[in-house]
Amino acid sequence: MSEARTIRFTLNGRPVSVAVEPHRNLVELLHDQGLFGARESCGQGLCGCCTVLVDDVAVSGCLYLAVGVEGKNITTVEHLDSGGALSPVQQAFIEAGAFQCGFCTPGFVLMTHQLLAHNPDPSEDDIRHYLSGNLCRCAAYPEIIEAVRLAARRQKRGSP
Amino acid sequence: MNQIGRSIPRLEARAKVTGRAEYVHNMRVPGMLYGKIFRSTVAHGCILSIDTSAARETEGVYAVVTGEDIRSVIPNPYFGPAFHDQPILALEKVHFVGEPVAVVLSHDPHIAEAAVQMIAADYEELPPVFDEVEAMTSDAIVHEVLKPAGTFADLKHLAGRKHTNVTLDYQLRRGDVEAGFAAADHIFEHMFRTGQVLHVPLESHASLAEPGYDSLIIHTSSQTPSFVRMEIARLLGWPENRVSVRVPFLGGGFGAKVYVKVEALAAALALIARRPVKIALTMEEQFYTIGKHATTFRIKSGVTKDGHIIARACDVWWNGGAYADIGPRVAQKSGFTAAGPYDIEHVRIDSTEVYTNRPPAGALRGFGVPQLVWAYESHTDLIARELGIDPIEFRRKNILRDGRPHATGTIMKDAAIGKVLDHLAERMNWNAPFDRGIGKIKRGRGIGIGFKASISPTTSGAIVNVNADGSTVLYTNTIDMGQGSDTGMAQIVAEVLNVAAESVKVVHGNTDVAPYDMGTLGSRSTFHMGNAVRLAAEDARNKLAALATEVGLPTGTNYDVKELFKKRYGMQAGNVIGTGTYIPRYASPDPKTGQSDNVTPFWMVGGTGVEVEVDTETGHVRVTRMINVADAGKPINPKICVTQLSGGAIMQLGFTLYEDMVFDSGQVTNASFADYKIPGFRDVPPMESDLVTATQETGPFGAKGVGESSTFGVSPAIANAIHDAVGIRLTELPIKPETLLRALRAAEGRPIEDEE
Repeated sequence: MSEARTIRFTLNGRPVSVAVEPHRNLVELLHDQGLFGARESCGQGLCGCCTVLVDDVAVSGCLYLAVGVEGKNITTVEHLDSGGALSPVQQAFIEAGAFQCGFCTPGFVLMTHQLLAHNPDPSEDDIRHYLSGNLCRCAAYPEIIEAVRLAARRQKRGSP
Repeated sequence: MNQIGRSIPRLEARAKVTGRAEYVHNMRVPGMLYGKIFRSTVAHGCILSIDTSAARETEGVYAVVTGEDIRSVIPNPYFGPAFHDQPILALEKVHFVGEPVAVVLSHDPHIAEAAVQMIAADYEELPPVFDEVEAMTSDAIVHEVLKPAGTFADLKHLAGRKHTNVTLDYQLRRGDVEAGFAAADHIFEHMFRTGQVLHVPLESHASLAEPGYDSLIIHTSSQTPSFVRMEIARLLGWPENRVSVRVPFLGGGFGAKVYVKVEALAAALALIARRPVKIALTMEEQFYTIGKHATTFRIKSGVTKDGHIIARACDVWWNGGAYADIGPRVAQKSGFTAAGPYDIEHVRIDSTEVYTNRPPAGALRGFGVPQLVWAYESHTDLIARELGIDPIEFRRKNILRDGRPHATGTIMKDAAIGKVLDHLAERMNWNAPFDRGIGKIKRGRGIGIGFKASISPTTSGAIVNVNADGSTVLYTNTIDMGQGSDTGMAQIVAEVLNVAAESVKVVHGNTDVAPYDMGTLGSRSTFHMGNAVRLAAEDARNKLAALATEVGLPTGTNYDVKELFKKRYGMQAGNVIGTGTYIPRYASPDPKTGQSDNVTPFWMVGGTGVEVEVDTETGHVRVTRMINVADAGKPINPKICVTQLSGGAIMQLGFTLYEDMVFDSGQVTNASFADYKIPGFRDVPPMESDLVTATQETGPFGAKGVGESSTFGVSPAIANAIHDAVGIRLTELPIKPETLLRALRAAEGRPIEDEE
């Protein structure tokens, strides 16, 4: 196995410096930091369970080499309630019952944040299209659509 | 406040949306080693040699372990709930491609993975058998001797049998089926098949075993902690109290995580290495671990000219794969429902499970029932069409009503089959004119209904603890894998103790503190554990009342629980512990006739109706509307029940249109999400899911299980709708566009010519 390299990046608002081997992926790096919300499931970037925001762009953490975050700003699902309150998207997921086992939920929550940042008023088709890279084997899809709409409505009402 | 019937959010909702819910997937402990598995590349063969030398010499490898090494801690390392047929690592023979043969242990999973690639094994290949019907008569025998575990009475006669692949030969006889056929005006006979599919929960199987001085803790993604403890203790020859099994949340289960999967391997490795060992499977490895039975079902019915089914013969063959797992139970428990929810005088059922050289098949959401409903509801639709009777009307004429005997002889009770059918017809607007489509797009609609018996004999225990501040804790070995059991159980406790469900803490999955439970499976928890929890909460309530009397409060007064403890103990101290055990009544079926006057604690009923569009140029089928209706008794948490209905139906939609394990000489060739496609957002049709108004009198507050009910009708509803749209009958799952297109072209008289 190859030599570890020291990298520096920002993780959920805090500077981090760690030694990491070049073959490790971002999910493993986060696990070493005690963050388990991003999860490797399919291992091929097809299920979205490992979704992480790198410089505010959602990536599949299982396909993203850890060394690639050098100098970047990483946000994980654990950061969304850092102010003490759940984000409107998290709150909407709870109220709509938009999950069962919860394993895929962090990925869906992060993708929904990104969707609403780009498109504050998505149609059902927009939602299905945008979230089609995330899989939910419990198939809480109907409730997820409801949650995204609920979050969108609240976000619109809350915005100036 | 009334706690039953409240659609409260799940208790663990905040933990799940913030990514902080605990799964075995997350767990690490100091000194932990990762195990990576070297697997068989042949479907059936004798192991000649395993060369582990290069792997052992790899820097960072702690140990390499083979089947023979396992014997140093477990001399007889064969496990399984029905048969003791599965070795922890292969011994002497391999029985399927992907069978675990050796394990590399390292502190670094990447080192272990790389070292696995350096192991080489030589096999003398034996002739394999893959098909469930061929396995009945094949010269290829998967296991030399049958070894029933001794748990199930109807498997005992198979002990020691040789030269057979049959793991269960269940039969049911009611009336005289041949006389029934002779008396019938019409005879219909069809054959239906299903391919092998699998659960693929997004959290793959994971177990972490921690050895202590004279004990073992196993953290595992299991639906059956009590069974895991019992089976690991049996393998080790230890008393059960030296083994502790702990289960956090599961990232999905669906039956994949029942009984022993990787727990025995993790346990044995931890004892050999004397270090904590974690085995966490990859998505690909799930394909070599457990799946759902491929089946062949030949069904024959005798029908009178006015449309009454008077005789039905069912021959079902279940492809159990290389190890029995719980497959023989599938063949029996589901087998006795093979004639469908119909009132038929003469019934014969032969339901046979066989070993083959495929990955093992076990329990998957519906426990065999979806494969049966696929056949009998397709068959029912064909009969109705042939006789020119409306398919809903035909079913109405024949369905089993409460008070009538089922084919087992058990009198039907609290099975809302008629209500489910009526509700479905109403929601589908069945009697209104239907748009048949234009041009190359043809539209059709169809329904399917089914039923399922619950599991028995079986036991559940629960403990309710009331603390001195009045807060309550429930201890249960029912596992919340997404179905919302923690929340439902808390609602039951809350109802009895008159507190808010949200205030109840649920400690689940810990065999050191929670009593025995058979398992979280077969939609049994709401009913069985729910009854135990209710009894435990009532016991606690009665003890609180006794305490009130003891401290001198007049009977029937409202008291503050906190004050009660203070009065009794002089300070905030003490507890009240309520316990409850539930064992439903059950009569084991007669081994020759399958007759029993009490074959199930309750019935699950579900139906699905769909509207489809068939593209006649491509063979693609699009479901444009789906309606799922079920009888869940009186629901404890209606919102969670409805989510179960839509979730189950979408999963079954995957098994109907997309999912299929593809084999080449026993090797699964699509063992990844790139090639094995589960339903995503784009595949989900507009859907409505409803519960009918019903009550299960023996259930806790009238409730019963619902986790599987929506899987029953989906597949035949779709096939029936395709037939309705284009007149083509498909008899094999999954329904592939190519198959439909070929059938369409053949029907047009211009068959697709295959290139040489």
